[in-house]
Amino acid sequence: MATMSAPNSSYDPVEVAALQPEALAAAVDAAQAAFAAAADLDALKAARLTHLDRGAVATARREIGALPPSAKAEAGKRVGAAMDAVRTAYEAREGQLQQQAAERILVEERVDVTVPTGRRPVGARHPVELTQERLMDIFVAQGWEVAEGPEVESEWMNFDALNLGKDHPARQMQDTFFVDPPDGGLVLRTQTSPIQIRTMLTRTPPIYVVAPGKVFRTDDLDATHTPVFHQIELLAVDKGLTMAHLRGSIDHFVRAMFGDVRTRVRASYFPFTEPSMETDFECFACLGAEAAVRGECRTCGGSGWIELGGSGMVNRKVFTACGIDPDVYTGFAFGFGIERALQLRNGVGDMRDIVEGDVRFSGQFGMAV
Amino acid sequence: MRVPLSWLAELVDLAPGARGVDVAASLVGVGLEEEALHGSDLTGPLVVGRVLTIEEAVQKNGKTIRYCTVDVGEHGQRVTDGIPQEIVCGATNFVVGDLVVVVLPGAVLPGGFAISARKTYGRVSNGMICAEDELGLGEDHSGIIVLTDYLGAERAAALQPGEDAIALLGLDDEVLEVNVTPDRGYCFSMRGIAREYWHSQGSPAGTFRDPALVSQVPHDTTTGYAVHLTDGAPIEGADGCDRYVARIVRGVDPSAPSPDWMAARLTQAGMRPISLAVDVTNYVMLLVGQPLHAFDLQTLSGSIVVRRAKDGERLTTLDDVERALSVEDLLITDGGQEPLAIAGVMGGATSEVTAATTDILIEAAHFDPVTVARSSRRHRLTTEASKRFERGVDPKVTAAAAQLAVDLLVAHGGGVADDGGTDVDLTQGRTAYQLDPDLPARLVGVPYSRERVATILRDLGCGVDDRGDTLSVTPPSWRPDLVDGPDYAEEVARIDGYERIPSVLPTPTAGRGLTHSQLVRRIVANTLVGRGCTEVLTYPFVAADFGDTLGLPADDPRRSAIRLANPLSDEAPLLRTSVIDSLVDALRRNVSRGQRDLALFELGSVTRPLPGSAHTAPVPGVHERPDAETIASIDAAVPPQPRHLGIVLAGESERSGWWGKGRPADWADAVDLVRAVAASLSLTVSVEPDQHAPWHPGRCARLSLADGTLLGYAGELHPAVLKRLGLPQRTCAAEVSVDALAAASENPAKQGAFSTRPVALTDVALTVAESVAAGEVERTLRAAAGEHLEWVTLFDVYRGEQVGVDQKSLAFRMAFRAPDRTLRTDEVSGYRDLAVAAAAARFGAVQR
Ligand SMILES: [Zn+2]
Repeated sequence: MATMSAPNSSYDPVEVAALQPEALAAAVDAAQAAFAAAADLDALKAARLTHLDRGAVATARREIGALPPSAKAEAGKRVGAAMDAVRTAYEAREGQLQQQAAERILVEERVDVTVPTGRRPVGARHPVELTQERLMDIFVAQGWEVAEGPEVESEWMNFDALNLGKDHPARQMQDTFFVDPPDGGLVLRTQTSPIQIRTMLTRTPPIYVVAPGKVFRTDDLDATHTPVFHQIELLAVDKGLTMAHLRGSIDHFVRAMFGDVRTRVRASYFPFTEPSMETDFECFACLGAEAAVRGECRTCGGSGWIELGGSGMVNRKVFTACGIDPDVYTGFAFGFGIERALQLRNGVGDMRDIVEGDVRFSGQFGMAV
Repeated sequence: MRVPLSWLAELVDLAPGARGVDVAASLVGVGLEEEALHGSDLTGPLVVGRVLTIEEAVQKNGKTIRYCTVDVGEHGQRVTDGIPQEIVCGATNFVVGDLVVVVLPGAVLPGGFAISARKTYGRVSNGMICAEDELGLGEDHSGIIVLTDYLGAERAAALQPGEDAIALLGLDDEVLEVNVTPDRGYCFSMRGIAREYWHSQGSPAGTFRDPALVSQVPHDTTTGYAVHLTDGAPIEGADGCDRYVARIVRGVDPSAPSPDWMAARLTQAGMRPISLAVDVTNYVMLLVGQPLHAFDLQTLSGSIVVRRAKDGERLTTLDDVERALSVEDLLITDGGQEPLAIAGVMGGATSEVTAATTDILIEAAHFDPVTVARSSRRHRLTTEASKRFERGVDPKVTAAAAQLAVDLLVAHGGGVADDGGTDVDLTQGRTAYQLDPDLPARLVGVPYSRERVATILRDLGCGVDDRGDTLSVTPPSWRPDLVDGPDYAEEVARIDGYERIPSVLPTPTAGRGLTHSQLVRRIVANTLVGRGCTEVLTYPFVAADFGDTLGLPADDPRRSAIRLANPLSDEAPLLRTSVIDSLVDALRRNVSRGQRDLALFELGSVTRPLPGSAHTAPVPGVHERPDAETIASIDAAVPPQPRHLGIVLAGESERSGWWGKGRPADWADAVDLVRAVAASLSLTVSVEPDQHAPWHPGRCARLSLADGTLLGYAGELHPAVLKRLGLPQRTCAAEVSVDALAAASENPAKQGAFSTRPVALTDVALTVAESVAAGEVERTLRAAAGEHLEWVTLFDVYRGEQVGVDQKSLAFRMAFRAPDRTLRTDEVSGYRDLAVAAAAARFGAVQR
């Protein structure tokens, strides 16, 4: 349309026809059909130009101005309704198509989530350290503290003060690394027990400490031995402690580590304790299984019991060497191998895996044992 | 100690119907741990065989295999066809004609090993020729049992092929093997084990028969062979020998064999029958725990003199080793001159009983445990005798043991015992211990009554006088370990039953949790794991030339390492002075196993001996707490062992994949991991270039804390070092002091205020000489940019034509923010210009 219509211009009977209800209805139908037929937002935009921005209804609206005032209101209402119908149809279709487009983008942006995602490596703690931490935490939760000591240790702390004199048969049982010169009084500690001595020399009772650490024996590395391994040890010194308290502490430890299993105790011998005790606990792996299954159990070797470790009441001679009055205080000590706990709880079969530092070993555990 | 059940039953009544497992359980109850149970799980046929033919062939696997035929008497499967048993054997220690032990199809060996005819090495083997370990007779698997050697020619001569070997080898009896703890020397005898079993049954009267109760000892102990005990140098005040019994039996038939029952028992106990004289001494030792020695009387010329060795003396012992003697060795000598034996350890070759010996002098003596232990250790000679003397032999069993031996020699060798004997007895009686009757209850936690305590101790053989407030307890002669109150408490608990000890949780005083240092180590490790590192634990042993391998300067303190006197391997005799000394081993192992991208760390101690310190620790006594000075000198002798963190990186730190190329781990990753660790402890790390072996001199960062404390180093390792270590080129590493991290983070981190006003960012590009360190420029900018500078970071480095040769352009982004208002653009430009001016002044930096 080249010319704008002006108010009060001459009435044009043809254009007035555009205001006829039939014509408006036909224009609305045509617009609705065109919008519905638009397959995408671009087609809809084109249809909008033809049927909304321009087209019959738009023309009719312009024609209203040319009507006599008496007819304007009625025609305006009719055109307005038609316009609303067209706009509503347009907006509905636009909403539909926008929704479809958004959905299509989501479909198009689909990725294969099964491809590998490991851009950054995943780390892991060493399970010996994790086991050690777990053991410490069991006792720290009860109010015990963690004590430590040097790995290159004096012979006096490692042996003599623990009632392991130079000629004691038990001292021969231990295969000790000596620092050169061999008579210099220094060794690689063969047990965590020298930490007991250091603790008793520096603290006054009551003492409740758990002492973890690396220990050394001159064993060649094989599936069941390693020259460097880890122990954890308990030491309690207080008034009125008995073997019952020792047993209670061990029972608690066993339950925390291996579940609800029973323990049994028997007499044993260690130079640093008197009386001494050896503890076994029920095999958690085959507990409750049928006899035939228990007989084949690899964890306990078929006996149903697992040897835990040595313990006992602190020998009076040890107290004396540390300046603690054995007539006032009693105490108990208990030691256990970390590697052994790891082997039992986590089914580690070969000691070499623990010490070789193969990342695939630690990687199996992550941060949990 | 191996305990044949039939022998045990002679000494103590076994519970009705008790089998090996039951006896083992009873002994465990009183503290004798079961090691093994033999003989209960073997069924025949197990027979004597004679090797008829041997056809030897080397197999493809290099093993020599023997195809044998063996006469097994009427057991031969094709004996009616006249065809001998065909057996394939892997051992080669026998010849045609030897008598061997053959297990035939249908038999079951210990461990449930069922025997059947089966094809092996291409032929059917109808059974097996047995080695000791296969029958549970011992550990030996070096060859099969040749009965002539095993039982002695004498006894073997009487054997016929096909004869049952189960009874012959004592395998019809169960043999229980128990572990004897060092305090229970008396349990190295049947007498001691029987007594313990008796206690396990409640010590019922009349059911234990003490084999040492021998009435036939000679009344005249003064007319025997002359014996002089002359210890000129007792060890720790204890005479080397305080009792010596000598008995003589003359006219023994040297060819008389040991009786079968005795040979069988020795075999069951794990000892080989040798000759009557030797077997008798061993048998009596097993029975009552007293080691005996048999001398050929004809080889002796003077009296027996027990004395310490003199400097330079030598003795060839029975094992044909000539030994240089120490002045601490106690000797049995001929007239004080020629050494005959190392007391309690081993006899000499010259006075040995031989196949011609007819007159025998039996020695039963009591030697000092310390003297024997030291000689045994010094000569690396652990014998059945030394094992017993070290742990303490009953000083009252001496004469009885000699008498038992004399009786057996006379009975089976046909000799005549001299009427008189020698018994030099310097032993002291035991003094009574005053035992508080409440002590066992106080220590064990079970309310034992005074009566119960007294009864148990009496059953154990103690003399108990309970008329006073305390119990006056005299221990039995065979229990040298009973000295102090807790020793008796343990006996009471043991006999009453450890199972009666209740389980009571103690109530510790309130603890303070982990120490800061302990927490720090967990934080450090967990931070590194979060950064993709894997924790490993390596042995701290390093090679003697590790300093050269790492290229440490000649005067580097890390070269002075503690040396082990007895390293496992001469390849690694030193203790590491840095964690990466040994951490590189784990890296190399992983690489050799096909891992490429590796980030390993270890938290551990290193040993740093002090320069000039001898590191010799005093070894004070233990009868009181050492004085402060002594403790201080022990502590001073123990070398410092700081805790370090070591990290090694190889391969990619960001992985290659379908997403594209990854990024190789580089020096910056090593520095960044240390920064991350420090940040996890609320610490900031300063970085400066340094040259420090084993790092690449141009790629080594010296890391320190704000107060200047040196933390350690990080960067790329020196290419030559990597080559020597056999590690991938470009491997990076860091090593820092965990102790320094812990010390610096000891005080709780304090929160600094931060502004919520808008941030103003501005970039600046500075051209500087290539030699200028970016970190220095950054520090200068930071110092000059005023109080509102929040952060500054280097985000680009450009080198190229636009900046000229030996120049580089460093692009920094600076962030400004005021605590209380929004900064104006002109303010920000002003601060930036100040910073740039400072960099220009210091480095000649030109803004691009
Ligand atoms: Zn089990």
